[in-house]
Formats: sequence, structure tokens, C-alpha cells
Amino acid sequence: MDLLSNLALGFGVAFSLQNLAYCFAGVALGTLIGVLPGVGPLVTIAMLFPITFHLPAVPAIIMLAGIFYGAQYGGSTTSILVNLPGETASAVTCIDGYQMARRGRAGPALATAALASFFAGCVGTLLIALAGPTLGEWALKFGAAEYTSLMLMALVASAVMTQGDAVKGLAMVVLGLLVGVVGVDVNSGMARYSFGIPELVDGIGFTVVAVGLFAVAEIVANLESREPREVYTGPVTGLMPTARDIRDAAWPTVRGTAVGACFGVLPGTGPALSSFATYMLEKKLARDPSRFGRGAIEGVAAPEAANNAAAQTAFIPMLTLGIPASATMAVMLAALTLQGIATGPQVMLEKPDLFWGLIASMWIGNCLLVVLNLPLVGIWVKLLTVPYRWLFPSIILFCCIGNYSVSNNPFDVYLCAVIGVLGYVLVKLECEPAPLLLGYVLGPLLEENLRRALLIARGDPTVFFTRPLSLVFMIATVLILVVMIAPAARGMRRGT
Amino acid sequence: MKPDLWNNRDVLAGLLFIVLGGLAAILARDYPFGTTMRMGPGYFPTALGVILLLFGVYVLARGVRSGDRVKGEWGWKPLALITVSIVLFGFLLDRAGLIPATIATLFVAAAAGREFRWKEVVLLAVVMTAFSVAVFSWGLKLPYPLLGGYY
Repeated sequence: MDLLSNLALGFGVAFSLQNLAYCFAGVALGTLIGVLPGVGPLVTIAMLFPITFHLPAVPAIIMLAGIFYGAQYGGSTTSILVNLPGETASAVTCIDGYQMARRGRAGPALATAALASFFAGCVGTLLIALAGPTLGEWALKFGAAEYTSLMLMALVASAVMTQGDAVKGLAMVVLGLLVGVVGVDVNSGMARYSFGIPELVDGIGFTVVAVGLFAVAEIVANLESREPREVYTGPVTGLMPTARDIRDAAWPTVRGTAVGACFGVLPGTGPALSSFATYMLEKKLARDPSRFGRGAIEGVAAPEAANNAAAQTAFIPMLTLGIPASATMAVMLAALTLQGIATGPQVMLEKPDLFWGLIASMWIGNCLLVVLNLPLVGIWVKLLTVPYRWLFPSIILFCCIGNYSVSNNPFDVYLCAVIGVLGYVLVKLECEPAPLLLGYVLGPLLEENLRRALLIARGDPTVFFTRPLSLVFMIATVLILVVMIAPAARGMRRGT
Repeated sequence: MKPDLWNNRDVLAGLLFIVLGGLAAILARDYPFGTTMRMGPGYFPTALGVILLLFGVYVLARGVRSGDRVKGEWGWKPLALITVSIVLFGFLLDRAGLIPATIATLFVAAAAGREFRWKEVVLLAVVMTAFSVAVFSWGLKLPYPLLGGYY
């Protein structure tokens, strides 16, 4: 069995003492930061991203992945104990999770979330191991034209599927592509949009954009809002769910995993939409829908399973095609690129230790999360009571140090402040920053493939429609745009 | 322009896109455009700038029709203070060292919050400074001077 020997290789890599330690460190740090109210997974990764800079490629990506699902997990703890949807992915868990906590069932709610996430994480990891090689082999046949239309599809989908305004989303993608243009043009060696500033010739650093757009802008937006937070401060007792809880939560977990795994692969949908969709599904299937919103355990298990499964399967397009499906995956892609790894289908062939090591480490990380979280839940609860007025100056400080450490140049710190201002203005004008980040990451790749495709086709733009695979992606892109214009779909998006 | 247009969400977003897209397209005129077959460095950014500008016109027109306003107040004060705190960090690290930069950033950033309690902020500054020196200078061995600049 190919799969088994590959997995054996992966576990061999992941079980080395060094990688195990980085996996643990990533998961622990991710949970620690992610559990803090108002700090979502994306901010956590953007903030901790520079730490992994000085590591070799395999431990760096293992640690980043650990930070990612640790933060995701920490976010669900927050949404159960704090009546505040800190991040969109666990906003749905908040509805029934907090109600369970208020009824003195915080323990079972947390345990259910942990176990549902663990189950979904394992299935998601297995799916990556199964689908990755097949998809990667298929993708090896892609030429420049296929890549161009695939990226176009991913960008359009990410703009249209994220919550909020589709047209603004598309505009944000274009803006992101323009930010990606800054710096030296690979083909001609000409510096574009550098305004004579030597630091800009190298382009705008990834950390600068991610931290400015997400951490800085979000903190300012949080500071201005005046909603009081409601924190559950009662003791968490009786962690174990009852037999009835387990029976009630089992099928919703499986269904949530299935929904999440499908949504995770699609660009732009990600954990947020999948947890919402599965919550609606459970509510439809339930014998007594009125229990939802008043502490139904299905309302915790299903969305938690869905957002974790989606978080795992989102790695599939990123690892096999080199195309990120969400802003968090864009961070991962940037990390790989900065490590000097050419992303795309060749990663699996050239760096099997990286690919399979990462998969094995995901499974180990998911185990660690359950082990780490259930017994230590008391500590996480304490962290929730840390007031925001202590947190945000510290986050700003870490963002500054992180940005500075990337290039040891204060220019990056200044630029981050500028992007933070832009990010805040965009948030106020209800323009989603996630498509911008995706556009920024994919921009150079898109331009390169577009130019190459047209050069090969002697300037004939119909090449994108005459090559069959490229045509499929183009049709999908048009379909996505049509769905966006259809009023029914617009109503659905507004509902999320 | 009528005064309420200045608080119109989509009009402002549209204007922003128009200005940025227009600027991008104008600046890209300095770069060789090339042909569709052999694109110069100016081709891609020019196209993007024009597309962004068109999106901006659409969003602006829609804003004039719908009249949706920006939700909530603009938080200029926190925005300014946070921005200053970040800039201060970059400015002080080279010139005065990690410890002064950390303290300055924490104080200015904390002032952006709704409450500023002196005792707490002093305590926070002490703890966080010790933490960043321990983690970044000793732990991760980042080569920054603790006190005093490079020069």
C-alpha cells in the first residue's frame, strides 16, 4: 500500500523529538492566544508567524499548522464561555454553547466540542492523505492557462462567497492583486510602484499586510465598539457528557464533518459558512427544532465538527495546487514560499517528508488538543477573564516586534501602521479584508501564469476557452458570478 | 457634495476604489505596456487599475441610490493612538533600544482604550517588558540593543 508507506514516512518525520516539540508548542501557543476573547485564528497566526521564520521548513510548517488548529480550538472554548462571537467560524457555536454554559452544563459543552472537533479533525486529515496524491497527480498536467483560470476561479469564489457585498469583494481582490504587484517585476526586472523607496523594491512583506489588515484594524474596530461582553464565570464541573449527550451528538457530528469537509475545499467558503450551513441542517432534521438556541447539544457538536473538518480539508487545495482557499491558508502558503519551497503539485514529489510529515503532525496535533484542553480547561477559563484593556496593547507590541524581526528594518513597522489605517477604513466601509489578502498572495503567480499562457498561445486570449480543463474552470467562474447576481443567493448570503 | 454623502458607506468605498485604481493606472503609464502576446511590466497593473476604477464607479453609484450610512462612529482617536504607538516602536527601537520602545508602545497603545488606569498600565509595562526581553532577546536571540541605539 502506497498510502501506508507514505503515512509511515510521515509519522516517522512527525514523531521526531524536534517536530513533536514544535507541534506541541504550536498547539499550546495557538490555544493560548486563540482563547483570548477578540483574537481569532487569523490574528493569532499573523502574530505568531514571524516566530517560525528562523526554523527549518518542516518544523516551521508543522508549528504553524499547530498554531492554526490550536487557535481554532481556543476560539470554540471562547464562544462557549463568552457570549461574543469573536470570530465568524465559531459564531454559531456561541448560540447553543453559551446557553448550555448558563444552564451549568459548560463542562459537557466543552467536552462535546472537543470530541466533535477531534473526530472531524481525524476524518479531515485522512481525506487529505487520500485526496492529496490523486489531485496532485492530476494537477501536474496543468499548464499556465489552466493555472490562470484556476486562480481566477479561486479569487472570484473567495470574493463572492465571503459574507458581505460581492462587488466590494471583487474590488478587494483587485486591490489585493495591485498590492502584490509592488516590487520588482520578475520578467523585466523593473521596479513597480516603489516610489524610489529601496524597501519597496522587494515588495510589501507578507507579515506587514496580514498583521496590518487583520490585527491592527481589528483592534481599532474593537476599541470603538461599546458592547459589553458577557463572560460565564461560574465553575466548570462535570466535564464528561452523559450517555444521552453522546447519543444525541453522534450523528450531528458525522453530518457536520461531511458538510464541513465539502465546504473546506471550496475557495472562500471555509469554516464560517460550513458551520452555519450545518447548524441550519441540524435544525431542519431535529424532531423538536425549538430546542435550538436554548442549549441543544447538537447545536454545539455539528458546527464544531464542521468548522474543524473544513479547517483541515482547506489544506487540500493549498498543498496540492498551491492555491489557498482562505485567508488563513494564504498565510500557510506564504510561509512555505518564504521557506523557499515552490508550492504546487510538485511539493508532494519533491518534499514527501514535508507533505506526509505535516499530515501526520495534524493528527498528532488533534490528539494533543484533546489531551491538552480537557484537563486544563480551568486555566483557559481564567484566561477569559483577562480584560481587553490589558490584551490589546500587548498584541500591538508583539505585532511590532514580529514585523521588525522579519527584516530588522523599521520600515516594515511603519508600513504596517499605514496598512492598519487602510484596513480600519475598509472595515468601516464594510469591505471584507480576506479577499484582499488572497489577491495579494496570488497576484504574482497569476500575473506570471497569465503572461506565460499568452506568450505560448501567441497572444490569443481564446486559449483559456479552448483547452478543456481551463474551459471547465472558466465556466465554473462564470457560474459563480451568475449565482452571485441571482437574488435568491443574495438573500442566503445575507442570512449568514 | 451633500453633507450626508460624506458618511455614505458605499460612496466612500467607491471613491476609495476610484482613487486607488486611477492612481495605479496613471502610475503604470511609466512602465512599458507591451502587447497581449508579450506583456510588458505595465500591462497587468494598468488592467487592474482600470478594473478597480470601474468597480469603484459602480459601488459609488449604488451608494448614491441606496444611501446606506457608515455604521457607528469613526474611531479616529483609537486609530490615531494605535498608529502612533506602532510608529513609535519602529522609531525608538533603532535609536533608544528595545526596552524604551516597548514601554512607549504599551503606554500609547493603552491610551487608545476606553479606560486608562495608571497603576495597571505601569504594571503591564513592567511585565510585558520583562517578558519581551526574556523571550525575544534571550530566548529567540534577536540582536536588538536593550538600551541605547545602534548608532
